[in-house]
Formats: sequence, structure tokens, C-alpha cells
Amino acid sequence: MQTNFTAEQLADPGVAMSEKILRKCVHCGFCTATCPTYVTLGNELDSPRGRIYLIKDMLENGRPADEQVVTHIDRCLSCLSCVTTCPSGVDYMHLVDHARIHIEQTYRRPLMDRLTRRMLALVLPYPARLRASLHLARLGRPFAPLFRTVPGLKPVAAMLDLAPASVPAASPVSRPGNHAAAAPKRGRVAILSGCAQPVLKPGINEATIRLLNRIGVEVVVPEGEGCCGSLVHHMGREPDALDAARKNIDAWTREIDAGGLDAIIITASGCGTTIKDYGHMLREDPAYADKAARVSALAKDVIEYLASIDLPDPVNGSGLVVAYHSACSMQHGQKITTAPKTLLKGAGFVVKDPPEGHLCCGSAGVYNILQPEIALALRDRKVRNIELTRPEVIATGNIGCITQIAQGTGIPILHTVELLDWAYGGDRPEGLPARATREQRAVQPS
Amino acid sequence: MSELIAFLEPDRSVIARRAAIIADLADLVPASSLITDARELVPFDTDAFVSYRRMPLAVVLPETTTEVAAVLKYCNRNGIPVVPRGAGTSLSGGAIPQEDAIVIGVSKMNRILEVDLPNRCARVQAGVTNISISQTVEADGFFYAPDPSSQLACTIGGNIGMNSGGAHCLKYGVTTNNLLGVKMVMFDGSIVEIGGKALDAPGYDLLGLVCGSEGQLGIVTEATVRLIARPEGARPVLFGFPSSVAAGACVTDIIGAGIIPVAIEFMDKPAIEICEAFAQAGYPMDVEALLIVEVEGSDAEMDAMLGRIIEIARTHGVKTIRESQSATEAALIWKGRKSAFGATGRIADYICMDGTVPLGQLSHVLEKTSEIVARYGLRVANVFHAGDGNMHPLILFDANDPDESRKAEMAGNDILKLCVDAGGCLTGEHGVGIEKRDLMRHQYTDADLAQQMRVRAAFDPKWILNPSKVFPLDGRNGAYADETGETAGKTAA
Repeated sequence: MQTNFTAEQLADPGVAMSEKILRKCVHCGFCTATCPTYVTLGNELDSPRGRIYLIKDMLENGRPADEQVVTHIDRCLSCLSCVTTCPSGVDYMHLVDHARIHIEQTYRRPLMDRLTRRMLALVLPYPARLRASLHLARLGRPFAPLFRTVPGLKPVAAMLDLAPASVPAASPVSRPGNHAAAAPKRGRVAILSGCAQPVLKPGINEATIRLLNRIGVEVVVPEGEGCCGSLVHHMGREPDALDAARKNIDAWTREIDAGGLDAIIITASGCGTTIKDYGHMLREDPAYADKAARVSALAKDVIEYLASIDLPDPVNGSGLVVAYHSACSMQHGQKITTAPKTLLKGAGFVVKDPPEGHLCCGSAGVYNILQPEIALALRDRKVRNIELTRPEVIATGNIGCITQIAQGTGIPILHTVELLDWAYGGDRPEGLPARATREQRAVQPS
Repeated sequence: MSELIAFLEPDRSVIARRAAIIADLADLVPASSLITDARELVPFDTDAFVSYRRMPLAVVLPETTTEVAAVLKYCNRNGIPVVPRGAGTSLSGGAIPQEDAIVIGVSKMNRILEVDLPNRCARVQAGVTNISISQTVEADGFFYAPDPSSQLACTIGGNIGMNSGGAHCLKYGVTTNNLLGVKMVMFDGSIVEIGGKALDAPGYDLLGLVCGSEGQLGIVTEATVRLIARPEGARPVLFGFPSSVAAGACVTDIIGAGIIPVAIEFMDKPAIEICEAFAQAGYPMDVEALLIVEVEGSDAEMDAMLGRIIEIARTHGVKTIRESQSATEAALIWKGRKSAFGATGRIADYICMDGTVPLGQLSHVLEKTSEIVARYGLRVANVFHAGDGNMHPLILFDANDPDESRKAEMAGNDILKLCVDAGGCLTGEHGVGIEKRDLMRHQYTDADLAQQMRVRAAFDPKWILNPSKVFPLDGRNGAYADETGETAGKTAA
């Protein structure tokens, strides 16, 4: 596509990168078809091609962001389905990242929106603050319907809806420490504890560490790790995101230098997509560019790591029917598509692929809080599609999807690694009901 | 960039009334279906023929036929041009608006209304994507046959407008052969239904007239399309040749032997490289030209047909023959082919030509095409429906270089003229749009064109529907206009 930037504009590295991306787009429109918001709203402005054009127009004219552009960029889930679809190789991810930074720098949001975003940025990335907030949310829950009637307070209602009824106790595995291999040692990895996941579902990393230890992998929880930064990154708060990235890079670099790492294991694919992008995010930072690239190269989703090593025969071949929900950050962000299903099948599960698997469930970081209406429509569509496959359990690789989908269905939903840990000798995961009979499955909603 | 193709001069009086028009439209459609903000209109200023752009006056995205009717009635009464839009994937600029026009987009009308398997048909809204029809009936063993490469995104409404084809049309025909009926809004807002579930409709073949009329006879809001039972099996086979000429001659001989596979697709070396880089389909890289031949039926039927095709291919010195070994491999082979245009964007900007030629002329036209493009100092990649003789040379250029852009368009025009001179036609399946409009004189005499314009005017007397398209602008005020008393707009200077 033709672009129109001055040499002066192109001196800005962000604009220069965007220009290169825009030049690849041939405006063929294929991306519209697989975009969750276009499919839902039917308006090209809420499609990748529409957004690319809005961003192009804004950047070429050197304009500050305005309400119209912000509306449509905000509606983007960053699910990256368009990136999978695009035959021309348009790097939409980095284009929309740049647009979000531009918005954050040039646009003043309405008061309630500003407060909501500020609050999310101050709470979610910090486990202690999140835990305290979730306790408070239980008290606020009865007021959610009231908040929903006030436009500016809809995100508050959405947050209250998403808050779990009970908050699990903090897990010992979120504390820094070493978890030794319980079999002849075949590797040493670090694991990202993360921010929201250890508060909401500490069982995921517990299962990961148990499984890895059992098959001979030493797991270290490094001192100084924190949130990966993706929550603030997707809000365009780039300095915060880069600070988070540097903090993690420092923590992991210390481990790499000390004992060496075969991989940095990530158990939330949303975080994985961002950590694998640290190299790009910090490319202009001479002190961190190399270290960031090294960390990105070592970052592996737990599934990706498990698929790269030999596994023993499963101990508990359950034959349970599992609907595998591929998180967008897994299939589009990291292009990990078949490995989770291959591992589940190898572990003795019957795996089902729900229709429209490429469409987002609406979780998308804090999207379900900031855009509750579209998120709800997408969740309902996702649940309908999953239930069509009549599964006994749903497996996925991202905490956001787990929280989102669980709100819409009675079918239990677990992290893929929790099922694998069980199959390879771990305890039966919590929340998994006794084996349903065929008769019970037949009456499940579809 | 100075443009080779002109649009109608916008009607200043319409533009002057913009505020009032928008206020009126707001009474006709919901707020979420009306786009008027200058920033938000920009993404509607073009389609996939991206070298040309015009801002529309406003965009409406109706949710019902009644809303389409209300808007059309209003526009006709007030002399406001209307440009219909499906998914905006037109390669000939069929959906590019103009400054005084309202765009009516059908993207919100995206529901499958009825699947009627005993009558082998589906009734769908105009904004459903082509592929979603096949996906809906896949589990029942049916599909909708025409499969444009953009089938993932393009709408059935747009397919009807352009009488779209696709790789599998060699056996099953193009849109017009698979369309049973439409619900259409006429210029004055009246709603008509043409055809239906039965195989033939009484009277003139109005459906045949509507299909391919590029949104100039009315706006289709619903369609009844034919469903076809899936064959027992289907197998794409790759045939690699030492030269484009050999591959072209092989196609001619296959068809000449009375063999009709489901598809015969052609790729030359540049196209193979582009598609392989995207799809990793396992195309042979050591050949100059590739044919993807798909056969279908029972194993015995496929083996028999393939045997005959292989025999013919050997006489043309085929270097590689590879059958797809799995459904995944077959899907990749088609993914590569169908993404060819978009994948070209990885290496250059392009414009895609769409001429058809008699099969006997295939090799000749391929050779001449290379000569023409070389004369302009540009590169070309050929990827097309060889069995139909429907050429798609992709002329590669740099859109940021005005001189190259102009040369690309000129080379394209020369290629299309070459197709016509070889006994073919300007457009196989992409439509005339604005892209080929001024070449219509090369295909038709003035008398032919005047006659076609009379038909058009019978449906839309004020020429409000997609007025800048299809008919050359400078011939519109001649003999034809004298008779009707209407003028069809003036050419921009």
C-alpha cells in the first residue's frame, strides 16, 4: 500500500517501523473475516483493515489521537487472529502496539476511563494488591447490577462479575526458591510466577513444577520476578511495560549467569507472547537490547517445552473428553497450535476441536473489563461452540480464558498442564468432577 | 499521482447539502449503522483496488432490507449517488465511492436465513461471506461451488455483483450458474424478488441480468444459492513443467481431450516462490511453471482421470508429478494458491489483471504478457485459472513510486487489450469496476455500449447506482442520453 510520510516523520523509530508494516498491506480484506469484532459488529472500522487505515491516516497526518480512532483501537482485542490470516505478512501486532502508545501519549481519556485504567495498572500486576482487591470485590458484588446501569461504571460491574467467589490462599511456589528434579536431572528452567495467575489459580504453577520435577527438570523461581508487563503494554503505558520487562530480564539474567537456564517457562500464554517480544520492545535500549533478545529466545510456553522433550508413558490414561480451547496468544501470538492437542492425546485424553476456534473468547487481558459488552458476546459465542463438542472438561493455556469461559459454562475448565500433571502421575486436579457417565454427558447443554 | 482513470465530477449541490442529508439518514437507520465522521470515513475510501481512493459523503450499514430500501428511496428522490459495498475486496474498484455518494454496505446483514437440503439450496443475507455458506452445510455433505480466492472474506452480495468465479468453476460454473434467486432493492426503494428455489423462473432471465451487473441495477439484500453434494473424494495433484509454454500447451490438450477436472490452476516461477513462502505447501521449486490439477469422485474415477492427465502431461515434458498425501497437504496446496495475491504483498505492490482468452491462445498470451511487462521495466507473476483461460497476471511495482505506478497501469491495459485481441474478454470474474471501464471500447462498439446503457437505465433511470463504474464516462452523453433525456454525469476534467 502506498504511504505518505516525510523524512522527518520517519526519523522516529516507531513511525519508521509502522511505515514498513503499512507498506506490506495490500488492502485485500482477508483479515476482516477472522476478526472477532468485525464478525460481531459488522463494521469495517472495527476490523483490522479498518484499524490499519485509521492508524495510517493518524500517523501520516501527524495527528494526536482522537475519540473516533481511540474507540476503534480500544475495541481491538489484540487477539492477532488477523496476523494468522494475513497472506501479506502485515505485522499488525507491532502496528497496534505503536498506535496504543501514540494514543496514551496524545489523547486525554474521559475521567472514569482514566481512573479505571489507572486503577487496573496499579492493582492487577501486583499479587498482594490484587488479592486484597478481590476480597473487597466480594463485598461489592451485590452492587454490580446497579453499576451496570451507569455507562462510566460498566467496567466496575464487569470487574465485580469476574471476581471469584473465594480467593485461594497464596501458594508456596510463588515464593523465590529452587525445586529440585525428582528424577535424573535432564534440565534446569526458570518459571514465571506472574501476577494475576498465582492469586487466582496457584494450582497451575504447582502442577507445572510437580510435573517438571517428576520428569527430571529442576525449576527455579527467581528472586525479583514480577508481572511480565503485558497488561500495561496493551494499555499503551509503555514506560511501565518496559520497566516490568527490565525487572524480569534482570532476574532471569542473574539465573542464566549463575546456574544456566534451558528455558524460561511461562504458563500463561498471554504473558508468553509479550516476553517473547521483549527483544523487540527493548531494541532501542542499548543496555538491555541483547539481554532482552536472549530472554525472548529462552522463553517457552510450558506446552512448547514439554513437546520438545521425551515424556514417559502416562500413568492415568483417563479417556476423558477434553475440548481444547486455544488461547489467541497461544495460536496467533505464539503460533503454538497442534502441540497442546498432541500432548493431551498422548496423555490419554480424547481431544475435541470446537468450531470457530480462531475466534477470541473475549478475555484478552483487561478487555473484558474495559469492553464488557463485546467481551460478553464473544464469551457466549465461544461457550456455545465449546459445548457443541460435548466435553467433560475444557483445557486451555491461559488464565484469562479460564476466568472468562468459566463465567459462562458449568463445564470445568483447567489449564492443559494440570491435566498433563495428573496423567503423568500427579493428583487429580481440583475442580474436576468424578468421571461423568455417557448418560450425564448426553444431557449436558449444547 | 496523476490518475489514469477519471471519476464522475462530484455533484457540488449534493455535497453542499451534506449536513441535511446526514440528518435525514439518521432518521432512516440506527446510529450504529451511520458513519459520517471525516476520520471514520477514510477506511471506506477504497477496496482492494487500492491505487484509487475517493471519500464518500457518508456510509450506512443497514441491518435489514427495509433499511436498504428506505435509504435507496431517499437517495433516488434527492439525486444522491449510491455505491454498494460488500466486504470491499473488489480488485477492479467496484466498491470505491465518490465524494457525492452514500456507501450502502451490507456487512451487518450476515446471517444464513435458511438451509433447505431437499431443495439443495440456502437462503442467505447479502453480507454473508462466501465460505460461510460452505462451512454451514459442510457437516451435511454439501458445499457452495464458486470459490473466489477471497472467499474467506468476500460477500455473496459482492459475488453476485461481479459474477465471481474461482478455482473450482471449471466444473461447476461461476456465480450465475449457482444462483437461484435474489431479493433486491430497486433504485426507488421498491423490493423485488427474482427467481426462487425452483430451477427455472418464468419470463426473461432477469436473474442472469442482475448477476454481474456491478450494483448498477439494484442492491441485492438476500440470495438463494444452489448447494452441491460433496464428491466422495478430491485430490489436488501438482504438475511441474520446464516452461510456461509447455504448461499452457498441456492445459489446452487436457481440455481438448474432453477431460474436465474440477480445477486446473497455473502458477509461474515467481508465483510459486511467493506462494510457497507463505503457505509452505511443498510446491516444486525447480520448475518454471506449475499446474494444480484437482480431480474428484471415487478412487477409481480419480485414478482413471489422473491416468489420462498424466499421459498428456508427459507429452509436454512434465518434470514433477506429486499427489497430495493427506487432507492437510491438500488444504495447504489450496491455501497457497488462494493466498497468492495477498502473499504477493510480501515482496511488492501489485495490480491484478483478469482477462480471459480462448484456451488455444494461452501460451501465446503468456509469452506476450511477459514481453509487455518487460517493456515497461516491471516484473510479473502469473497465477490463474488455466482451465477457464482466465488469466491473472500480477504486475509488480512500488506504490510509492508514481512513475512505476503509472507504468503498471499502462502495462495492465496493454495486457487486457491483448486478451481481447486474442479473442477473449476484459474480465473473467473481477468485474469491470473502474479499472477496466475505459477499455470497454476496445471490447464493444459504441452501438453495443449504448444498448447496454439503455438496459441499465431501464433499472435506474437517474443513474444513481454506482455511476462511475463499467461504462466509459465520455460516451454517456451521446446517442443513448438523447433518447432518455437523462444525462449520466459528466467526466471530471
